[in-house]
Amino acid sequence: MSHIPLPESLPGITGLLEYRQDTAKPIREMTQALLRGPSSLTQGERELIAAYVSHRNGCRFCTTAHTAAADLLFGERDTSRAVKGDPTCAPVSDKMRALLAIAGKVQQSGRNVTADDVEAARVQGATDVEIHDTVLIAALFCLYNRYVDGMAAFTPDEPAFYERLADRIVNRGYNRLPEGYANHQYAPPTS
Amino acid sequence: MPGIRGLMAYRPETALPLNHLVEVLLQGPSPLTKGERELIATYVSSLNRCKFCASTHGAVARHHLNDAAVVQRVIEDPEAAEISPKLKALMRIAARVQQGGRTVTDADVATARAEGATDVEIHDAVLIAAAFCMFNRYVDGLATSAPDDPSIYDQIGSYRAANGYLAPSKPLS
Repeated sequence: MSHIPLPESLPGITGLLEYRQDTAKPIREMTQALLRGPSSLTQGERELIAAYVSHRNGCRFCTTAHTAAADLLFGERDTSRAVKGDPTCAPVSDKMRALLAIAGKVQQSGRNVTADDVEAARVQGATDVEIHDTVLIAALFCLYNRYVDGMAAFTPDEPAFYERLADRIVNRGYNRLPEGYANHQYAPPTS
Repeated sequence: MPGIRGLMAYRPETALPLNHLVEVLLQGPSPLTKGERELIATYVSSLNRCKFCASTHGAVARHHLNDAAVVQRVIEDPEAAEISPKLKALMRIAARVQQGGRTVTDADVATARAEGATDVEIHDAVLIAAAFCMFNRYVDGLATSAPDDPSIYDQIGSYRAANGYLAPSKPLS
């Protein structure tokens, strides 16, 4: 049960963002800018950072949703699985490996990021904006993960739910849908 | 430009929603007073050891509450501070959120409700705590400068308490 009454028809973050739309709007806009806006990191790489940080925070809803988004963008599931296992030996570029190391530090604390971590990313070709965006995406998911789990928001089990959610966030983005969520409601599986 | 201001000037695409978020969370409509919300922001920033955010929001809280002692007591130990039992219960939830969202228990929420906290107040306390876990990591993760001079924070605190977070930055003296 969530800590405040939220409709189970809108699991996870969606119900929270609908509950308080005034605070949701800037959170949605920031996510849209960071994960979908112009960037030299691909959308898949940015979703991978979101999935990795959410995984490290133990947030099942966000991890499953952003893993599904990364998998959809990459067209395969191996990269996200390997990154969540151990990014140091995952099949990603050396630059991504260095950025994921920074994201992992941010997940613990901003104060853990060292000048050496940033230098290592630069040596692999990361730009200032890429380093900035990696830190802010990691920090943003420290917000999301705490928001979803701190309110004990409903987290469905069925993979099909997350595949539909991934399709929505990949193809429609993160801003509130103009038509609302009446046609995007979760229904528990009938056995 | 110290702290988060330099970052925001660097990347306006994300600065705009970040400014709107802090404005709506700390200054927008809420059953919690502006002073109470700034105390939650200050306490979480202090737990995250983010000097710039803790000093800045501590100064804003002082200007809203006109009480420097209570801000200092909250940073040291909210249980011993002169704040309402409801706000103490919300501070305990905020401290759990700072540790990790999954550490918030049904009992924590029931205690807050028993002290009179509403759904929206519980929601806002959780989201403010979560948001400062983002702001603190952003500011410290990019190693921004945090001034030592308390008068700098007092200037920021007085300006933001009076003008909110969407007003353009004022040059610091």
